[in-house]
Amino acid sequence: MYQYDTYDQSIVDARVEEFRDQVKRRLAGEITEDQFKPLRLMNGLYLQLHAYMLRVAVPYGTLSGKQMHMLAHVARKYDRGYGHFTTRQNIQFNWIKLDQAPDILAELATVEMHAIQTSGNCIRNISSDQFAGAAADEVTDPRPWAELLRQWSTFHPEFTYLPRKFKIAVIGADEDRAAMRLHDIGIQLLTRDGRLGAKIYVGGGMGRTPFVAPEIKDFVTADDLMSYLEACLRVYNRYGRRDNIYKARIKILIHEIGAAEYARQVEEEFAHVKTLGIDPPLAELERISAFFAPPAFDADAPDTIDRSDPDFAVWVDQNVRPHKQPGYAIVTISLKPTEGIPGDASADQLDVMADLGTRYSFDELRVTHAQNIVLPHVRKADLYAVWQALDAAGLATANLDLIGDIIACPGLDYCALANARSIPVAQKIANRFADLGRQRELGELKLKISGCINACGHHHAGHIGILGVDKKGIENYQLSLGGSGAEDASIAKITGPGFDEDGIVDAVETVTNVYLERREAGERFLDTYRRVGMEPFKVALYG
Amino acid sequence: MKLLTGNDLPTGDVIWWTGSGWSRHVTDAADVGSEGEALGKLEEAARRVNGPYVIEATLTPDGPRPAHIKDRVRALGPTVRMDLTLAPEASPQVVL
Repeated sequence: MYQYDTYDQSIVDARVEEFRDQVKRRLAGEITEDQFKPLRLMNGLYLQLHAYMLRVAVPYGTLSGKQMHMLAHVARKYDRGYGHFTTRQNIQFNWIKLDQAPDILAELATVEMHAIQTSGNCIRNISSDQFAGAAADEVTDPRPWAELLRQWSTFHPEFTYLPRKFKIAVIGADEDRAAMRLHDIGIQLLTRDGRLGAKIYVGGGMGRTPFVAPEIKDFVTADDLMSYLEACLRVYNRYGRRDNIYKARIKILIHEIGAAEYARQVEEEFAHVKTLGIDPPLAELERISAFFAPPAFDADAPDTIDRSDPDFAVWVDQNVRPHKQPGYAIVTISLKPTEGIPGDASADQLDVMADLGTRYSFDELRVTHAQNIVLPHVRKADLYAVWQALDAAGLATANLDLIGDIIACPGLDYCALANARSIPVAQKIANRFADLGRQRELGELKLKISGCINACGHHHAGHIGILGVDKKGIENYQLSLGGSGAEDASIAKITGPGFDEDGIVDAVETVTNVYLERREAGERFLDTYRRVGMEPFKVALYG
Repeated sequence: MKLLTGNDLPTGDVIWWTGSGWSRHVTDAADVGSEGEALGKLEEAARRVNGPYVIEATLTPDGPRPAHIKDRVRALGPTVRMDLTLAPEASPQVVL
């Protein structure tokens, strides 16, 4: 894992003290809320429905055991004993007090964490593949590049006041586990003719106007990557719509001028930027990359798993994925128990996961955009012990990528922007499909719920997506089908009129029944939908 | 009836104007009639409330009930964690 140098630590420490002074002045009445709001948002502090909410950055979703323990400590000491992992691989605390926020940030800084740029019209936390450095299908480890992007984008003076927020994802495998093409910039690292470089996608996103990012550049060499990205941002910063918040994202600019014209302008700007010499020297890249060297794997680790415990065997089949190192496996801890809240973990559970990461996964944990936690490097021989510890903590739900593994935003239960509640709908659907055998019979099925059009719950990218809306003061839920955030990215289409809270649960079941009737051998829900189209589902739903 | 609500500045807690001060319980809220906006500005200037605004409500036997679900959730707490609400023994239906 990357470790702060004196520059990293000093800017984070300085920011804490700056914010402490800003809070003090706000509480003393020296600055108004209008003046203070942009300052607190730059430090991840929102005012939500019930209290202040603090969003803490987890850079490219990577955490050490010590950092996870700190999150548990914050949950216990400053919040109400739990945290909520988000679809941007961050964590949110829902019950923060303003006068304690500087102390929280100071404690986070002691473990190289912060809340900088988790809000505001700047480059947000860089997201990445939660299996980075471990996946069997990985071409190259995206984390050194994600870290370089983090350093480049932190306090970037030119990009602190963009037309709108800006999200970047970087992956290093063909399988897209980071919803890369639904970001403002998606970077797929790859090699060509023996050279490392990247394919660049720009202009993806969800929200009220969803787009899958078009390819802007087939291949940029690693030597030119930072200059090219700087050019991408410069063109957006110059021409992005600042006059209309609903048209201010880069996806709208690209939609309006066309991907080809945007790419042309980027090339023109790139020719200029390249003369500025902003690409890092090789020594700096090597310095960063050294932090992400493979851990000291045991070359003699047994490559077999004792599956004699049937419950354990089911969990292995569902939540454990191949590792590039023989004798090791990748474990995903589902934060989606049937009665639970998607993405929530108690302080005690955070501590359990931290300890397991430290003991069994070379002190590494990852947060996924699907609101789960990953132990990236677990010896196969240790899987049973890990599973037993997880089971004792209520963390062994074997539903990864099944219908119970629901992404849900906080919705109207917490969020000031939401129009409808998301979590109760997720819980009702999870209850309806509580039988794990039934879930496994349905196979991979990604269900995603948002409580408003801002789409934090990624409903546009759900095989089944649900959007909560306000219909004359009553919660109503639109159903959509056919979305994907993976390498086959697509935007889901609305089935028709919406449903009430119970009706949407029935509608989801109806849709899964159509799938079971229509599917052919080997087809996932999404495959069947793409083959048969919307019509059979609409007929079943509406007659 | 109309209620004046906002958040307590240092804690962020949801608060309601009672006619003479602020309470964390919507049941204590008073009808502010047409005075809410002006009152809110005065109270905000004195830093006794953050982000005040006026909402519609109806008076029920149990006290004022905000007209919109969002304000009802604000008034009590998250329906999915009743243990963290101001009425931990109540059913989520109380909010809805």
